[in-house]
Amino acid sequence: MTSAIAFRQVSRHYGTVQAVDAVDLEVAEGEFFAMLGPSGSGKTTCLRLIAGFERPTFGEIEIFGRPSSAVPPYRRPVNTVFQDYALFPHLNVRDNVAYGLMIAGAGKAERHRSAEEALAMVALPGYADRRPSALSGGQRQRVALARALVNKPKVLLLDEPLGALDLKLREQMQVELKSLQRQLGITFVFVTHDQGEALSMADRVAVFNEGRIQQIGRPQDIYDRPQTPFVADFVGSSNVLPPEMVERLTGRRVHASLRPEAVRLQPCGHLARVVEQAFMGAVTRLTLDMDGQRLSLLLPKGEDAPEKGATVQIGWDEDALHPMEPRDG
Amino acid sequence: MAETAARPPAPRGLSDRLSDLLWSRQGLLVLLLILPPALWLGIIYLGALFALLAQSFFAIDPFSGLIKYEFTLRTYGELFRAANLDIILRTVLMAGSVTLAAALIGFPVAYYAARYARGKWKALFYLGVMLPLWSSYLVKVYSWKLILAKEGILSWLFETLHLTWLLDAYLSLPVVGGNSLSVSWTGTFLVFLYVWLPFMILPTQAALERVPPSMLEASGDLGARPGQTFRHVLLPLALPGIVAGSIFTFSLTLGDYIIPQIVGTSARMIGQAVYQFQGTAGNIPLAAAFAVVPILIMGVYLYIAKRMGAFDAL
Repeated sequence: MTSAIAFRQVSRHYGTVQAVDAVDLEVAEGEFFAMLGPSGSGKTTCLRLIAGFERPTFGEIEIFGRPSSAVPPYRRPVNTVFQDYALFPHLNVRDNVAYGLMIAGAGKAERHRSAEEALAMVALPGYADRRPSALSGGQRQRVALARALVNKPKVLLLDEPLGALDLKLREQMQVELKSLQRQLGITFVFVTHDQGEALSMADRVAVFNEGRIQQIGRPQDIYDRPQTPFVADFVGSSNVLPPEMVERLTGRRVHASLRPEAVRLQPCGHLARVVEQAFMGAVTRLTLDMDGQRLSLLLPKGEDAPEKGATVQIGWDEDALHPMEPRDG
Repeated sequence: MAETAARPPAPRGLSDRLSDLLWSRQGLLVLLLILPPALWLGIIYLGALFALLAQSFFAIDPFSGLIKYEFTLRTYGELFRAANLDIILRTVLMAGSVTLAAALIGFPVAYYAARYARGKWKALFYLGVMLPLWSSYLVKVYSWKLILAKEGILSWLFETLHLTWLLDAYLSLPVVGGNSLSVSWTGTFLVFLYVWLPFMILPTQAALERVPPSMLEASGDLGARPGQTFRHVLLPLALPGIVAGSIFTFSLTLGDYIIPQIVGTSARMIGQAVYQFQGTAGNIPLAAAFAVVPILIMGVYLYIAKRMGAFDAL
């Protein structure tokens, strides 16, 4: 089976800045694929390369096996949900949603029917006559989604689509997007800087940093077995232990990741001093100092949190300490 | 002690009291700010306009040549005499073609400035567009007379390129031609276009500047070729700017009386007619009636623009 999207050694340079640097990746058909990374990591540029708004400086992008460097955006079987939604302010919601169909030459009756269907799919029936300016952020987001989906794209590209929504709405939309993707069977490529969003929604996640892919894998693998200190820190704010300390603990001289929730207080273990204590609702985060190394520890609600400055003893299961191979290049 | 420290200090002096008063009654501040310009617009501008309108409803006594201060529509009737209708039609045609040409030339310039020009290129754009506005209007018009004259720069250029026959062929055309470019309608048109072009470019550029790039990308993403994106997205969103620019170019051309006097044929435009009727001819009612014509035309123009949805994207 050919993959929906394939990057072959793709680079995009702006002058001397390498926004995307020799990226290889494949997205399978029907997959929910997340590109995760901090801002400026190259994830949005990768999305724009797929959409065709940017062209690779080097390398080739294949869309369903077809090299696409010479294919302009308007002839690609992909549609985009933009970060700022990019709804047309001079058209009402119905005409916004039906824009792709109008361009494709569909008749008025068919356009209106399809637009209504798409609006019903995103739970916005009855809003067709409004202007985008009369909608809330969440509603605009749904219109943008309907406008992309009405064209029945083979791949839907989503550029931080939930970034502008408040927490409650964002969580609701995460669930809806995921079920929509299952229901339609379309390939989703989803760009986000929110690791929780990527882990909870995606089938596979690519973690980006400085224009390169750090790791690609299933959410559990990314979380449990980060391959680089960057991934360990960015995904789930893991404790990254330096090689010297790991050598003392295990004998191997490599970086190692230790999840904060895997560290616990116990009567007998490593000595550490409490530096900071932060109440976070369900858990309390303790920042500890162990032999000059900062460590985070998540304490479930209900357990007694030691005072700041107290000396405690900590420990963890042997397999919680995950050694990471030194990154090549 | 803490209580006295927390109490706000009592107002000191007149300016403190005044600030407190304006702060607590914000409506008063707005009123104070708006009053002078409102008086200016209301009394001086609207008053003058009203006086003008009133004049147009009087008429000249044909025997004494004095103004009879009685309500009559006879002066407006005079506008419909063939010679006067010619003046109006000629002026509207000129203003229309100048506006159309300015929009066609101005749009690409404005588009480049809004989309691509950055840093020093943008500064250069503003300089290039504004620089002609800094020099005297009369100097520019007379320079154009030199460019367009029979022995002028343009005819020299055509001669050097061995294209004099082309210029002669063009000048022999009816209406747009003439003895030389400087005494032809083409000449008047070119000078109008040059002088008013910045007034088209700047509002168009401002409107294009407000169109987010993602809007154009979204259109392409949804399958629209560049031409379709232009027609369905870019043009509707830029239209308020183009209409604003066309209000300038159209109304400035309608009212101007200096350019057609220096460059062009002896046939008059509305501005010249107003100038002559209120001056040498001493027929102020007819001058006033002529001055009302551009106001009416602009009203109709704006109404049509609104009906066509030119301001929907505002």
